[in-house]
Parts: sequence; structure tokens; C-alpha cells
Amino acid sequence: MKCQKCDKPATFHITELTGGKPQELHLCEDHAREYLTQSSDEPTTATSMAAALAQQMAQQMAVGQTAEELAQLDQQTCPVCGITFFEFRNQGRLGCPHDYVCFERQLEPLIVNIHGETEHTGKTPKRSAAGSEQRTQLIRLRREMKEAVAEERYEQASELRDRILRIEAGEDV
Amino acid sequence: MELDDLTRRSGEWLRGAGPESDIVISSRIRLARNLADYPFISRAGDQDREQIETALKQSIRGIGEESELLYVEVNELTDVDRRFLVERQLISREHAESQGTRAVAIDSTEKSSLMINEEDHLRIQVMQSGLDLEAAWQRVDRIDNLVESHVTYAFHEKLGYLTACPTNVGTGMRVSVMLHLPALVITRQIEKVFRSLQKISLAVRGLYGEGSQAMGDFYQISNQVTLGRSELDLIKQVGDIVPVIIDYERQARDFLIRESHENLHDRVSRAYGILRTAQTISSEETMHLLSSVRMGVNLGLIEGLEIPTVNELFIHTQPAHLQKLSGVELDSADRNIERARYIRRHLKEKSDGAEKN
Repeated sequence: MKCQKCDKPATFHITELTGGKPQELHLCEDHAREYLTQSSDEPTTATSMAAALAQQMAQQMAVGQTAEELAQLDQQTCPVCGITFFEFRNQGRLGCPHDYVCFERQLEPLIVNIHGETEHTGKTPKRSAAGSEQRTQLIRLRREMKEAVAEERYEQASELRDRILRIEAGEDV
Repeated sequence: MELDDLTRRSGEWLRGAGPESDIVISSRIRLARNLADYPFISRAGDQDREQIETALKQSIRGIGEESELLYVEVNELTDVDRRFLVERQLISREHAESQGTRAVAIDSTEKSSLMINEEDHLRIQVMQSGLDLEAAWQRVDRIDNLVESHVTYAFHEKLGYLTACPTNVGTGMRVSVMLHLPALVITRQIEKVFRSLQKISLAVRGLYGEGSQAMGDFYQISNQVTLGRSELDLIKQVGDIVPVIIDYERQARDFLIRESHENLHDRVSRAYGILRTAQTISSEETMHLLSSVRMGVNLGLIEGLEIPTVNELFIHTQPAHLQKLSGVELDSADRNIERARYIRRHLKEKSDGAEKN
């Protein structure tokens, strides 16, 4: 992939999540540096957000990903909701809670860029995080049950249904 | 309670009361929450959306306690009603304009509103008049606990509350304070203030949030970061900077009074004069002039007019409010005429009343 501003290969891939829609930028090293430093002078909210990120971004990019690596990561699919990382990058919205687990590697630099931190401190729900993750599996199980019914695999469908009911009732499975 | 009952009131955020209410319009805190066992909205089918709505509708029963809860299916509303709720800051523009099953629950004091199936499954928002983040937090925390006792939220041990967009992950909390900063605009210092806020990763937005212009010199200041800092930390971060900005605004007002009293008085009086006599007026011009009048009242340059009256005019002259108040749908030209008539009537009543006293 070529840089959007010149003929050099694009080695930096930036997804702007600020402003109205997520915006993808593919730039060579020189233009990436220019983009990240120039945006700090512009007064609008969207670009000044970019400015706030610029410093952290620059550090991130020292260990930036190549286009090939990125293309591979893009194809990865969430087993629970079926979204690909590429789809997330395009719409800027994740598909289900499990995306944070299965796209952990791709999301971490992004999360660091936005928040400068990787760990939550503050309020926690009374129910455990493990229980929450187990309930997220219901999304996949319900989908698989629907597919099993559609394909007339009734025995499998009823097994799935029992598992769903057990999780919904709050039992450990 | 019906939606139309809200029309003639002006809502919590324009009540014009609470600490520092000459400059701070409102304090607002919202929490983004998702159910653990459904896809986020972008991957949710019609059936998912209906089930999310049903589950959350049941879970928010009883949050009103002291006041009645108005539950509105947003997808069933007319365009004017949807816009009305946006003008009122009870739903977001995104919630008004999106598709599919979605709802909002509003308490009768208009302090809390809960959007269902917005960008996240649930967005709990609490507003307080003036600078009072403490009260807003206590209220939103209590509602969150009540909802949580009925449902399982999407929560990750390390990342906290999981949200559809990674920009909200962690606390899922946005703390916003809306300020009226006309003197900083007149003295052209507002950009400088923004730049310094952005350096400490606070965001500045206009009256109606992302992408909206700073109509009527209203600005919202809010936290950008939601992960790695506790709720109380984030509240403190915003809460600590607001008095600094209030101080800047007061200094700018003092400067204007000291150095160009005639110009300032003239500006305020002309604005008041136009509003009391205009025969047709746009929403933008109204906001612009009301901003000067509001500052004039605060500085004692206009007598016999109260801040709540001015605040009410800000909201009642918006397109959807105007149409609901007059009871008919109006095109833009007719709205401008109706708006001018409405303002004349209200400013005249108030000032006549004051003269008689």
C-alpha cells in the first residue's frame, strides 16, 4: 500500500476515531510525522484531539506495524459476534463485549492512544467479571442454536438450548 | 405524565439555580452501560434490540421513586417530538436520528434521562442546574446501582465497563459542565482557554454536543479520558478546572465594564431592543442576542428581567419547542415570525410587570 501523500510505501496506519466518522490514514514515515505534528496547531475539536494523541502516537509508532501484519490482523473474526477487525476499523464501533478479548492485541495501542492507560480503576459491578464474560457467550450460543435449528440439527439445538438455559439461570457451566 | 407536559416548562438545566448559575448553566454526568449477553448495537438485530429494550425497561422501574417516570418509545415519535427532546437535552441527536427500537425514560423533574439502544444499550444521564457535580454523581451512581441489581453489565476485569466505542471504555463516564462565556468570546480569549483545556485532555463542545457550534456562547467542558481514572478523579478533574474558567470569565466581564462600559452597555441594550421589537427573527440571531441580554442581566445593565425568563427563552425559541408551544407545524419563515412574536410578548410582559412594581 502506498502513502496517501507520496509514492513511498505506507508504513503507518492511523485510524482517527474522533469527529463524526472514523477516518483511515495510510502514510509513509515522513508524512505520518508531518500529519501528527501539524494537527496540533489546528483549533477544531477533532484535530486537537489528534494533537493530544500525537505524542503517545509517536511513541507507539516506533514499534508500528507493517502493512502485511495489519492486513492479517484485519481479517481476524470475533467468534461470538462475527465482526472482523477490519469492520470495526471502518465503523469505529465494536460488535460485542468479547471483541475486547479477541481483538486485545489490536485494541491495546488504540486504547493507550485514547486514554493513556490500560487498566480500569473505579466502580465495579457487584457481579463478577467472570460471570459477565460467561453471559457474553450466550450471544454465540443463541446464534449457534438458531443455525442448528435452521439446518435441522435438532439434537445439537436442544443441547445448546439447555446450556443457554443453565447460563441464563446463573449456573456455572 | 405525558410528553406534552414538558413543553411549557424549561427543564432542570435551564432552571437558572444552583451554585455559580450566572456562568454555569448545568452539570451533567452520563454513564454508558451494556448488557453482557447481547451484541453491541451495531451488531444487534431487530429481535436483539427488542429484547434489550424489554430487559432494560423492566430494570429501570422504580428508579424514579420520588417522581413519576415518563417512558417514551422514540421510534414511535414524530420528527418534531424527537427534535423537541434533543433541544431539551433529554436525548442525543444520534438517538433522535437513528433507526429501530429505542426509547428514553425521563423523570418528571427532568434531572435524569435514560436512553435505551443509543450507541450503547443504556446511557444514564443526570443533570443538575448550576455547578453541582457531586449531586449529579450521587444520583447517577444510585440509578446505576438500581439497574445493575436487575441485569448483568458487560464488564471486564482489567478494562472495566465495556462500551461499543473504545473511547468510552473503563468508567463509561462523561462529566460535562455547560458554561455561558460571552465576555471571553467578546474579548477573544476563548480560543486560548480551549487550547489550554485540550492540553490537559479535556474536550470543549458547543450547546448540543459533538460537532455543534457554540450557539449563544454556551460551551460544554468534559473529560476525554474514561479509562484508568476513577469516577471521583474524573469529576475532580473537570470540577477543579471550572472555577478557573469562571474566574477568567468574571475577569473579562470586569475588564469590559471598566474599559468599555459604554460599548458593553450599548451592545446589551441594542440586543434587548431588537428582541423586544423584531417582527421576524432566526434561531441563530435569537441565541446571539439573548446571550448579550443574559450577560446584561447578570451585570445589572438590564433591570426588571430575571435569568430564568432569559433561560426559558433560549429553549422555547428553538424550532421544535416553538412549534409545540404554538400547536402547529410551521415552516422556517413562519417560525421566524412566531419566534419574534413569542419573544416580544414575553419580554414585554416581564418588563411591564417590573415597571409597575
